[in-house]
Amino acid sequence: MDALLANGEILIDLALLTMLVSVAFVMVRSRHLFVIVMLSGIYSLLSAAFFVSLDAVDVAFTEAAVGAGVSTVLMLGAMLLTVRREKPTRTGRTPVAILVVTLVGSALIYATFDMPPYGDGASPANSYMGEVYIDRAAKEIAVPNVVTAVLASYRGFDTLGETMVIFTAGLGVILLLGAGSVRGGKAVKDKPDGETPS
Amino acid sequence: MMFGVATAAILVGMMLALVRAFAGPTLYDRVLAASSFGTKTVILIGLMGYLNGRPDFLDIAVLYALLNFASTIAILKFFRHRTLSVSLDRPGTDAPIFEERDTA
Repeated sequence: MDALLANGEILIDLALLTMLVSVAFVMVRSRHLFVIVMLSGIYSLLSAAFFVSLDAVDVAFTEAAVGAGVSTVLMLGAMLLTVRREKPTRTGRTPVAILVVTLVGSALIYATFDMPPYGDGASPANSYMGEVYIDRAAKEIAVPNVVTAVLASYRGFDTLGETMVIFTAGLGVILLLGAGSVRGGKAVKDKPDGETPS
Repeated sequence: MMFGVATAAILVGMMLALVRAFAGPTLYDRVLAASSFGTKTVILIGLMGYLNGRPDFLDIAVLYALLNFASTIAILKFFRHRTLSVSLDRPGTDAPIFEERDTA
């Protein structure tokens, strides 16, 4: 039964990853910007489901909220300010680019041979600090989720700093764009010289 | 076993929705495909929780459903009004800004 369960999980992961790759291919091939925006929403939903299948629920939730929710709307808004269709590029294939992509890809695949097996307890990621956190989090901090304990308690100041940085960046964007640009990016005309702005 | 069969069926349904999103032909087909794909993701997440014997992720699935609904409404508002800062009960006087059929 356990073996069947493990196989089932692998099959789900395989199906999700196959769909991810096909969505990515269609996104690359398509020239219609609206199609690309919708497909990128589907892409982030798929990767959120894949993250849940990998037990990374917090990452999955961020991906669904940011990727499928906000960024789809932001990209639609950006698309309204530009043309609907990507300009056709040169169809000629550049051999140098294909060579570089092949080389980098084969180097990355070669590097995966050195990775520890999936779920290996003795791998570096699971031994030193991770092991300490897993051992001590339940005793020291009464939070059932170790990731939450690490983020909010052991690295509490780090998280606070990150939040400050993101908040400041958001403030800067609002100051630069102005809150009025929510109105579909309508152009704001300057008053002619000599006229006092009302 | 039952959950396994249901998961397989949902995965097949996701692929079918994906085919509709790829093929189009109208933009509304693609919006509908993306929306139903989001619904299927919600169900898949719930089913995966039951498959692993830990249905703790159900609340996350429910939140996904909420997000999916909100983003579909946002996309359709963009279709209609070119902007988000319009109340939904305003009668839509503007013509849709996207061409109905795309040739991509």
